[in-house]
Amino acid sequence: MNQPPSSPPTVAEPTAPGQPGESSLAVRDERWQIRVRGLHKSFGVQHVLRGIDLDIERGRTNIIIGGSGQGKSVLMKHLMGLLRPDAGQIWVDGEDVVPFDDREMGRLRRKFGMVFQYAALFDSMNVVENIAFPLIERYKLSRDEIMERVRDLLRKLDLADVAGIEQKVPPELSGGQRKRVGLARALIDRPEILLYDEPTTGLDPVATKNVDEMIRRTSDEFGVTSVVISHDMASTFRIGDRISMLYNGTIVVNGTPEEVLVSRHPALREFVETSGLVAPEANGQA
Amino acid sequence: MSEADSADSAPNPSDVERRMRGLLDLLAVPLRALLSYFGDHALMLGQALRGLGYRPFRLRLFLEQMNFIGVGSLWIVGLVGFFSGAVSAQQAITALRIFQQERFVGATVGISLAQELAPVFTGLMITARAGSGMATELGSMRITEQIDALTTFAVDPIQYLVTPRVIATTLIMPVMTMVFNVVGLIGAYLFAIYLENIDLGQFIEQFRFWTDPKDYIIGCSKSAVFGLTLSVAACYQGFNVRGGAKEVGLATTRAVVAGSVSILVSDYFLIDAFHILWPGKS
Repeated sequence: MNQPPSSPPTVAEPTAPGQPGESSLAVRDERWQIRVRGLHKSFGVQHVLRGIDLDIERGRTNIIIGGSGQGKSVLMKHLMGLLRPDAGQIWVDGEDVVPFDDREMGRLRRKFGMVFQYAALFDSMNVVENIAFPLIERYKLSRDEIMERVRDLLRKLDLADVAGIEQKVPPELSGGQRKRVGLARALIDRPEILLYDEPTTGLDPVATKNVDEMIRRTSDEFGVTSVVISHDMASTFRIGDRISMLYNGTIVVNGTPEEVLVSRHPALREFVETSGLVAPEANGQA
Repeated sequence: MSEADSADSAPNPSDVERRMRGLLDLLAVPLRALLSYFGDHALMLGQALRGLGYRPFRLRLFLEQMNFIGVGSLWIVGLVGFFSGAVSAQQAITALRIFQQERFVGATVGISLAQELAPVFTGLMITARAGSGMATELGSMRITEQIDALTTFAVDPIQYLVTPRVIATTLIMPVMTMVFNVVGLIGAYLFAIYLENIDLGQFIEQFRFWTDPKDYIIGCSKSAVFGLTLSVAACYQGFNVRGGAKEVGLATTRAVVAGSVSILVSDYFLIDAFHILWPGKS
């Protein structure tokens, strides 16, 4: 796994805006592409995010783990501006995106691609129309140009050999094929940041491994910053460059896989041990 | 009774105030819910209309909806129209026969179809067929995150999904109402002439004399309003689904109920409004 020479602390040490070092948040940082500080979000009486502090590393695969209902997807939707926080800041390439209006948010979203948990392909469109959708919506390209880019992606994602793939509609695709078509749609406009919402949920072990490889390969080949929401620990340690754990509405652990593996945070230890990756005594010794 | 007793039994001002507040809160809850319901629908309608004001205009989506709502509903509207016309003629002849005035059946059926039966029945048919379809489709798109996906591509989901449906329904409803009128008159004609032996000349002459373009203008105007209300109700229910398949089913049921009720309630007020704004023989 690729690792930076120096890493932030294993256990998150939130830094409040205004403290030393925070002035650099408002300028583009070569290492950190997305920086989140003090993010709060409630739905009614449910306080889901309780002061998130998180840095997403440029060009790396950043994994956010956490149990069900911890607010992982809510956090991801904030990164892309699909939800507005109650309090806190989100900087993307040095821009505070929280006060953005709809037009600015539209510009911001062009930096992002999102791969949904169940692909979220448009049922009324075939594979080509699904993949080409962002291009058709954003640019005036000729049909030939669009088809060239679609076919290029189909080749790169090992979909070109599937018989009649271009004209298939989503219900005719397998789970793995749907994920790859969803990824192709997210990649077609060459985003800088790719968000994956639980990409391996509902897949068998072989398909899970294939999707993991696809995420890894996409990150390497396309040079995008990947943010993956997951609760699959095997996948997390297979593809992650940085791992953050969301627990009770805050990031409690943040670091490289090696650092995370030896963390003594009880929630993380329980998560790692129950996943079977590390024997309890081994982790205790670490 | 001692002074102390009377002081104990007298209601404490703060108790009265609290009870009054409780009563007001009790009344305010349904009122607030009602206002919120209409307010949310009005906001969605406003957003859908705002979507007409900026590019892209999504003509293809609009035509697809016209096809789904209009062409797709032709058979059911025609079938219901035919039998509604025939039944109206049967009822009118039964009533008019008391006064030996069966010759007025063409006029009676013509006017009732033009102003009431055609717009209301067409509205109910479109609600049942297209309104339920809209709610189910949008609800399914919501729970499978397709609407979120649209947003991630910087596409306004209201402009993409709701505006074409609302505008298409509003524009196609008068056309479908006229189809209902024509087929209904054919049903009435066949029943009256061939089964009840009403004189053909009298049927046509009375129909031409008593019906007026105004009847059709009123009917078509009403149907356009019905199209607007039923499509907003259907889109609102589908667009705001939260949960899973069960909620999509419930949203579809609510869409059909809300669409049908909105048609029948607004029909009363619209016909009153037309009679005030456009008094005459109708």
